[in-house]
Amino acid sequence: MRFERREHRPLALVILTPLLAVAAAMALSGLLIAAAGAPVLEAYWRILVGAFGSRLSATETLTRATPLMLTGLAAAVAFRARVWNIGGEGQFYLGAIAVAAVGSRLLADAPGFLSIPLLLVTGAVAGMILLIVPLWLRLKFSVDEVVTSLLLNFVAVLVVSMLIDGPLKDPLAFGWPQSQAVPDAAMLPKLVARSRLHWGVGIALGLAFVVHFVQSRTVFGLKSRAAGLSPEGAIFAGVPLARTLLLVACLSGGLAGLAGAVEVMGVKGYVTTDLSPGFGYSGIVVAMLAGLHPLGVVLAALFTATMFVGADGMSRALKIPTYIADVTVALSLITMLVAVFFAQYRIRR
Amino acid sequence: MSTVLDIVASAGLWAAVLRIATPLIFGTLGALLCERAGVLNLGIEGIMTFGAMIGWLAVYHGADLWTGLLVAALAGAVFGLLHAALTVTLGLSQHVSGLGVTLFASSLSYYLFRLIVPLAGSPPTIVPFQPIAIPGLTDLAFVGPALLTQTPPTYLALLLALVLGYVVFRTPLGLAIRMTGENPHAAEAQGVNPMAVRYGAVMVGSALMAVGGAFLTLSAFNSFFPTMVQGRGWISIALVVFASWRPGRALFGALLFAFFDAFQLRLQTAIDGVPYQVFLMTPYILSIVALCVMARRARVPQALMQPYRRGER
Amino acid sequence: MTETVLEIDRVSKSFGDNKANDAISMTLARGEIVALLGENGAGKTTLMSILFGHYVPDEGHIHVFGAELPPGRPRAAIHAGIGMVHQHFSLASNLTVLENVMTGTETLWSWRSETGRARAKLTSLAERFGLAVDPDARLGDLSVGEQQRVEILKALYNDARILILDEPTAVLTNLEAETLFVTLKEMARQGLSLIFISHKLDEVMAAADRVVVLRGGKVVAERRAADTSKAELAELMVGHRVARPVREAHERGASVLEAAAVSVRIDGVDRLKDVSFRLHAGEVLGIIGVSGNGQAALARMVSGTLARSSGDILLYGEAIGDLSVAGAIAAGIGRVPEDRTRDGAIGEMAVWENVVLERIDEPRFSRRGFVDRKASIAFTEAIISGFDVRGGGPLTRTRLLSGGNMQKLILGRNLADRPRILIAAQPARGLDEGAVAAVHARILDARKAGTAVLLISEDLDEVIGLADRIQAIVGGRLSAPVSTDEVDARALGLMMAGAWKKEAA
Repeated sequence: MRFERREHRPLALVILTPLLAVAAAMALSGLLIAAAGAPVLEAYWRILVGAFGSRLSATETLTRATPLMLTGLAAAVAFRARVWNIGGEGQFYLGAIAVAAVGSRLLADAPGFLSIPLLLVTGAVAGMILLIVPLWLRLKFSVDEVVTSLLLNFVAVLVVSMLIDGPLKDPLAFGWPQSQAVPDAAMLPKLVARSRLHWGVGIALGLAFVVHFVQSRTVFGLKSRAAGLSPEGAIFAGVPLARTLLLVACLSGGLAGLAGAVEVMGVKGYVTTDLSPGFGYSGIVVAMLAGLHPLGVVLAALFTATMFVGADGMSRALKIPTYIADVTVALSLITMLVAVFFAQYRIRR
Repeated sequence: MSTVLDIVASAGLWAAVLRIATPLIFGTLGALLCERAGVLNLGIEGIMTFGAMIGWLAVYHGADLWTGLLVAALAGAVFGLLHAALTVTLGLSQHVSGLGVTLFASSLSYYLFRLIVPLAGSPPTIVPFQPIAIPGLTDLAFVGPALLTQTPPTYLALLLALVLGYVVFRTPLGLAIRMTGENPHAAEAQGVNPMAVRYGAVMVGSALMAVGGAFLTLSAFNSFFPTMVQGRGWISIALVVFASWRPGRALFGALLFAFFDAFQLRLQTAIDGVPYQVFLMTPYILSIVALCVMARRARVPQALMQPYRRGER
Repeated sequence: MTETVLEIDRVSKSFGDNKANDAISMTLARGEIVALLGENGAGKTTLMSILFGHYVPDEGHIHVFGAELPPGRPRAAIHAGIGMVHQHFSLASNLTVLENVMTGTETLWSWRSETGRARAKLTSLAERFGLAVDPDARLGDLSVGEQQRVEILKALYNDARILILDEPTAVLTNLEAETLFVTLKEMARQGLSLIFISHKLDEVMAAADRVVVLRGGKVVAERRAADTSKAELAELMVGHRVARPVREAHERGASVLEAAAVSVRIDGVDRLKDVSFRLHAGEVLGIIGVSGNGQAALARMVSGTLARSSGDILLYGEAIGDLSVAGAIAAGIGRVPEDRTRDGAIGEMAVWENVVLERIDEPRFSRRGFVDRKASIAFTEAIISGFDVRGGGPLTRTRLLSGGNMQKLILGRNLADRPRILIAAQPARGLDEGAVAAVHARILDARKAGTAVLLISEDLDEVIGLADRIQAIVGGRLSAPVSTDEVDARALGLMMAGAWKKEAA
């Protein structure tokens, strides 16, 4: 058996690929649901209803999709330039804690129009710094940034834990390790009254378009893609490799840090060590499902959020662990890999 | 200073070193085997989690402890098969495939665990492996309580490092594995099937990872809970680089690492004023430092992360 | 009559329309050394790949020691006693010599490698044929010549009685090559049979008993080495080709690019030594040489991706230190790289992106960091029509273009702006005749328009056809230039063999 590259990839195939991948992942998870003795179709129906059945649940799904869009964009931007940023989780937390620190201290009395943009930038910069470390180690010592960025996730969470247990501890939280809150003025305004949905979703959507624009229209986008696709070709064409990758790392880490900032400023107001149910890791899946396309990231984040939010209600009704959502999302990463492969290759003999 | 000496001189520290090192030894040897054949297996974190879960579950349902380890090993091999199918047959990115396996294996562990063991106030427990005394030796002063009061899987891990070292460097099979990781085209030209070698190495390596995970639930603790692997898989990946892909040095690296870990745990209680998180960070930071120190010096298997396709160079 | 060990009988193999091997027949006797002589693309490597089972022939048969060799099975070839020494060694640099040799020679499921026995066999083979090498040395620590010995020993260890060497001296120094020939002769004396593939006349004359000349996939001649001369072989090898564009007499202009005693050292190895040349406007300066003699370093240096260690580079009469890519482009240097799929174009990017990538910072293609897509695509379209690039438009993914069209695109990208200097490294390598003619015509057009062309090539025909003056590159050194009109193929062959070095010494 041999695989041969397809000469042309019809557009229909490109669009169908993620849909088929998701369908396959859901079919496989269906087996797990069936194994638990629950009706599969009903389970998926309940997930859909749970995610979009009411105004409240729909806003909840969008709220959940917001950080996923940002971490998804972070991964997509990096992967496109072959910077393997697996540290989205750590960058998320570092962005979050930076916002809590600066928001509760330096900008405690600042008006919203000042503190909101400043805090968003703070979060992004914190994320950037955490990704520049592994990239620098790669350029300097040729250390695989996959492992270093992964290990830094643990370090970042411990830093957060240390801070919210120490200098940033909220004295009013009854001894519970939780950071001081950012002032109300610095919270992102609600988008829909009496829901958790905030303007962060607008920021994420806007950034998806900006990233798309940067990638498809700017010199930086062109150069970073060249650097990712072929370092040799990029060098011959005079693309400064290290500088380009460093900029990519700033963009990627910044987006992941921003995800943390937005989550704090939009939803929680403070930081705990369970602020993220794996947003950084899910972001990788989101990016892969999207075929690394920034606008696809929006849809993939919506799908992922639907699974997570919908699984809550389904879980209560059918006694299926909510982890089925994680399983489906992880499976869809694998099925997506396979689907993309067969969209690019055909089997010979 | 005397605190430090007290800690180093305590038999408890050295016993803890071996205990902490055990899952790392299994994990590092498993990852090493995969990488020697040219496949980076980032599925390790999830595979260890699944091994911890399924081994515990088997014992919880009445299997004996050794059967629990065996079940974990088999489950690990199945995930290895998945990773090999994606990376060897299809030649997909080993990075992404490995992450996919980790996410899938860990979420599946949590799902199955919750499905079978519903949420309760305190997690159900099993009776784990007990330390075994080696007649005549365990009674020795210091050395006995320090090193010879371990549970059987720990002794197995030490033995395994020696066996794997022998197999990799002294047998035709080991040579075939190394050649596949260095130059699969040369291996093929000399009648070795690189695809088969890679499948075998990844499956056996993944089985070892799962056993390392199972040690956590069947020996170190007596129950399963999510996130219990705590990055031990990723640390193992770093240790493989630190060990320059040599089983003997992998054993040494895991022990050294465990020493620092055991030491910092004791230091935490001895020193006031430093947040405990600083101590907890040390393993991860140490791993990164080890990577940087060794990355240039180590002789990386030349075909690591390169998919092999027959006839393509 | 000595025993015939190998008989190739009317073997043919086509790739698409290209007939790589056309009814090739040859024999090999016991204890004989046969050289398979031919230019790149003459079909030598295809024939040997068929022999070793990498390709299945369309027609024809091969008999080894009287038995027919089943086609397409490398294992069968090994078992029949054929050993192959590839040009690119099939070795693992992190393993020891002994390990490299032993891989796959024992059953996998044994509990112990019989290293003692293997070492004894290896040592005795090494002694018998004068291939001294330390069995426990790490392969990566050995010189290229020693690595080749390991590759030969590997074949002998598998009891090969027919040894095929693909361009064995391509990567060797002269001294190493001489040692190799002594070894080859010793092996033949002891009853082994050898075929070595080459396009170097010197070594063919030095080492072979018999020479089989391939051209265009056919055997065009067979000579006993004793009955022929280098001059005759050169003529046989080059032959007469499809008409290519003809260079017209033409005044050359001022010197635009000059190297004065430039050396390049990488990792302690001299890639270029005291290289000097002077390139004039409106002329083609041909650098001819056998592969691996420093061409790559020379091309990279003048393309701006390799820094020199000493010497001066003068651009338009001024010393400029090292060239950078940006500097080279800004100075009006067009660059056609040797490896077009690796360096010249990024396959997964669109045609237009590859066209403008190296000039994207120029205001005509981008403004304030934003790509001017319209202008870029218009520029690309002009190149596509102006340089007759077929097989796709500006938006096509570049890897879908054929080699010839990709090369026309790269040439077009460089020539569209009428560069003052063009660096062309192996510009016609691997192209079919039609594309070769097109590429050559473009280069001559540029020359006519006043561009100074540095043509780095291994193709004698190409250099004779295009260049006004020729310098040979041997071991990282450049010969003095000769005028093309005053030399013939034979003299050039001698230049490529480094005859001028002896004269100079």
